[in-house]
Amino acid sequence: MQRRADNRAWFAVAPVVVVVAFTAIVPLMTVVNYSVQDIFDVDTRLFIGFDFYRETLRDPRFAQALLRQLAFSALVLAIEIPLGIWIARALVRNQGKSATGFLILLSVPLLVPWNVVGTIWQIYARPDIGLLGAAVTALGIPYNYASNVLSAWVTLLAMDVWHWTSLVALLSFAGLSAISPAYYQAATLDGANAWQTFRHVELPHLKAVLTIAVLLRLMDSLMIYTEPFVLTGGGPGNSTTFLSQYLTTMAVGQFDLGPAAAFSVLYFLMILLLCWLFYTSVMRGGDDG
Amino acid sequence: MAEKRVHWSVYAFGVYLLLPLYWLVNMSLQRNQDIVGEFAIVPRNPTLTNYAEIFTNPVWYEAFGNSLAYVSINTLVSLTVAIPAAYAFSRYRFLGDRQLFFWLLTNRMAPPAVFLLPFFQLYSAVGLFDTPFAVAFAHCLFTVPLSVWILEGFMSSVPREIDEMARLDGHAFGYFFFRLFLPLIKSGLGVTVFFCFMFSWVELLIARTLTASEAKPIAVVMTRTVSASGLDWGVLAAAGVLTIVPGIAVVWFVRRHLARGFALGRV
Repeated sequence: MQRRADNRAWFAVAPVVVVVAFTAIVPLMTVVNYSVQDIFDVDTRLFIGFDFYRETLRDPRFAQALLRQLAFSALVLAIEIPLGIWIARALVRNQGKSATGFLILLSVPLLVPWNVVGTIWQIYARPDIGLLGAAVTALGIPYNYASNVLSAWVTLLAMDVWHWTSLVALLSFAGLSAISPAYYQAATLDGANAWQTFRHVELPHLKAVLTIAVLLRLMDSLMIYTEPFVLTGGGPGNSTTFLSQYLTTMAVGQFDLGPAAAFSVLYFLMILLLCWLFYTSVMRGGDDG
Repeated sequence: MAEKRVHWSVYAFGVYLLLPLYWLVNMSLQRNQDIVGEFAIVPRNPTLTNYAEIFTNPVWYEAFGNSLAYVSINTLVSLTVAIPAAYAFSRYRFLGDRQLFFWLLTNRMAPPAVFLLPFFQLYSAVGLFDTPFAVAFAHCLFTVPLSVWILEGFMSSVPREIDEMARLDGHAFGYFFFRLFLPLIKSGLGVTVFFCFMFSWVELLIARTLTASEAKPIAVVMTRTVSASGLDWGVLAAAGVLTIVPGIAVVWFVRRHLARGFALGRV
């Protein structure tokens, strides 16, 4: 049945528009406003166009934070997406009690406050009091996330995998549950092996949920702030300072309004662009994707 | 598909998820001097003093209250504005509906760090700074688009013929909507609450920026304890355990809708 055309529906949508305008448009316009003006005090301001943008783009610290950010997001996606699909596939074949219990366990990390995720891993990975830290040190591997760059990165990745793989797994589980058994029977009759079944039966059906999973993980990993803030504080040195961390120091720490605003606009546009590129390339891939 | 045993790797991943949580609980049951003093896989002198500290110290339990306050306000506001909007999106075509829906979703892509400064100024200007309302409204940036998205998915799965039938039966719209329609998407409402809660409860950056002393949420108290006094790992761990409890309670309530919610609600 077709949706009816009726512009009075705007009345029902109006509250949402008002709320989101208050929480999104007004602040965003303020940011844009700051990014093109040099503000000295309430009455003295100078329109300077794109100077702050140029400044930000030339800043080597911005480029470094950006590179680290892209590397982190790429690694996170490369680990969590396959792992999440793997867990979901293993679970979906056993629709018993243990699967339900496991679904509950999977959702727990998603509901832990992000700073507590940092705290948990801080306690867990410290070489002196942490189970993980003590175990790794006992194996004779030099490990200290507070002073060693490699340790810090490995710990951050392990933490993110702990925190977010569940999201991919739950989405994939929902997607896989919706596949009719007839497809599997057909695949078995055709003599398809496990990989072929996955490639030609499961993957096409998972396309929609996986698109969402990748999009969510992509944008959230690009925005990561709280967990590294608690765990490593961006260090050792600047080795785990990602874009949000850098921006927050600039805006709240140093109160550099103009450059911070220009940074913000570029940051937001970058996330939009990456998500759009991914989305259109998936959609253009057709049914094969 | 024939019933199969769950692959060992799933159990391995389960252990991977559980170990850090176990360690947190373990730490929360020990005195700080025991934690720093000797390494123990199982607490040697288990004690509840850390929890007692949290329940008797107003800084801690008021912070818990503050967090619950803004999460509840946020969930309430999000549902109130999202339900009519989701109904409109699922039932009517109107001028600019697709653009509006897409624009709502782009808000999900905005890094919270971008909004810190303007939020601070906006809520200071309207006199809401350092109240639960400021944090609740600011979190609407993520929870309202999300709620509309999830609810629209659930509402679209209810056949439109039901609306027509109710009308032909002579039910008023209010009766139909509240007594017939909303109960049909009960699990959708549950999943929406789950996600509003999830995004508002876990957020630190905005909550930290919009509060000073009065409305300080639990997450902020935890990070300030870390930076200020000599660390009391035990109390910190106990606070951590307590922040996980509401999450587990919510999961428990929506457990039967979880898989369905993820499929239909499209997150």
